[in-house]
Amino acid sequence: MAPAATPTQRKDVDPVEDPAGRARFDELITADQRVEPTDWMPDAYRKTLVRQVSQHAHSEIIGMQPEGNWITRAPSLKRKAILMAKVQDEAGHGLYLYSAAQTLGVTRDRMTEDLISGKAKYSSIFNYPTPTWADMGSIGWLVDGAAICNQVPLCRASYGPYARAMVRICKEESFHQRQGFEILLHLSRGTKEQHEMAQESVNRWYAPALMMFGPPDADSPNSAQSMAWNIKRFSNDDLRQRFVDMIVPQAEVLGLTLPDPDLKWNEERGHYDYGELDWNEFSEVLKGRGPANAIRLERRRQAHEGGAWVREAAAAYAERRRAMAEKASAEKVQAA
Amino acid sequence: MSSPGADETEPWPLWEVFVRSSRGLSHLHAGSLHAPDAEMAVRNARDLYTRRNEGVSIWVVRSSDITASDPDAKGAFFESPRGKEYRHAGYYTESEGVKHL
Ligand SMILES: [Fe+2]
Ligand SMILES: [Fe+2]
Repeated sequence: MAPAATPTQRKDVDPVEDPAGRARFDELITADQRVEPTDWMPDAYRKTLVRQVSQHAHSEIIGMQPEGNWITRAPSLKRKAILMAKVQDEAGHGLYLYSAAQTLGVTRDRMTEDLISGKAKYSSIFNYPTPTWADMGSIGWLVDGAAICNQVPLCRASYGPYARAMVRICKEESFHQRQGFEILLHLSRGTKEQHEMAQESVNRWYAPALMMFGPPDADSPNSAQSMAWNIKRFSNDDLRQRFVDMIVPQAEVLGLTLPDPDLKWNEERGHYDYGELDWNEFSEVLKGRGPANAIRLERRRQAHEGGAWVREAAAAYAERRRAMAEKASAEKVQAA
Repeated sequence: MSSPGADETEPWPLWEVFVRSSRGLSHLHAGSLHAPDAEMAVRNARDLYTRRNEGVSIWVVRSSDITASDPDAKGAFFESPRGKEYRHAGYYTESEGVKHL
């Protein structure tokens, strides 16, 4: 059900076809301008955005778990403080995005329900486990790095609230990638065991990180429409290539190798060639059969259900205060 | 929405957050958030929108309390300044080259 409409949210979630509205919408898209919540928009555009923005929000929220796992075991107080700040940022990203999705006429509770019931999807990358401290480095460097590649173009997405949330998010992400890089750099330059731990971790995260950009263009049926609507600006394969070109020299600085025998510079293309990815694994993980899907969802459900009394108490307290204030002002009027 | 908790589809209302980045500047819209009451909205806004010293002051207002111009009446409503370029300094070109003007 749609929330009560406000000037910052859509009121007609299933708008009737409106020729003038459609013309205006097409005009905005052609001129590469922003669409705002109260503008008329095709229902398919709204639905695509609700799906994309809420999935994006879920990814940020679920994404806290693989790293949250290491907060209590970070190797120093400094690393612990950094990791907490990063995980807190991810919570913030989730909240910015839930708010952006809400402007499209979907409720927060609905989105949460869909997530914990397993109906909604989130980025498959967070269904991989984090058995070593080096994974905090790999996540920051590769996972946040891939996320940045994906997210920078989204700062120009045609839907205003989404684009604005992305601007805020991108500003915060660069710290995430750098702190991860630094973790790996220190390990790589440390003892032999530390170096090996870093290498082993990068070996595990490389391919899943490349798959974060989604299936190859030929198998990505919705991409063309998203690009026509100026939601998506570059194809999955273009973004993936950009990312590969970025991380190869970075791996050299780290003194680590990337686990891909086909990775080599292609003079003709001016890009690095890279090997075939296991898209079967990708679809398995996406369907909920990844190494950590069940744990992630169960954890999220527990947190949500365990927090129910806090939400109820806060709502009851707010209601009580409102009632008291109302009574006090009524008495004042009577006394006067 | 009449009061928090009154609408079972959305137990906590939505708030719009305005942040003043430093003294002497206006509060600017930073985004929105969910909270049961104004006090919690301010606290949540601090955690959500000022984690890196982005603000020295925060305003929150219930989204439902905002009155907006009619989004469908854009053209007509904002028409009047059009054709009135004389309200801008750039309209006056004859003084070009005269100093301090
Ligand atoms: Fe994030
Ligand atoms: Fe991040």
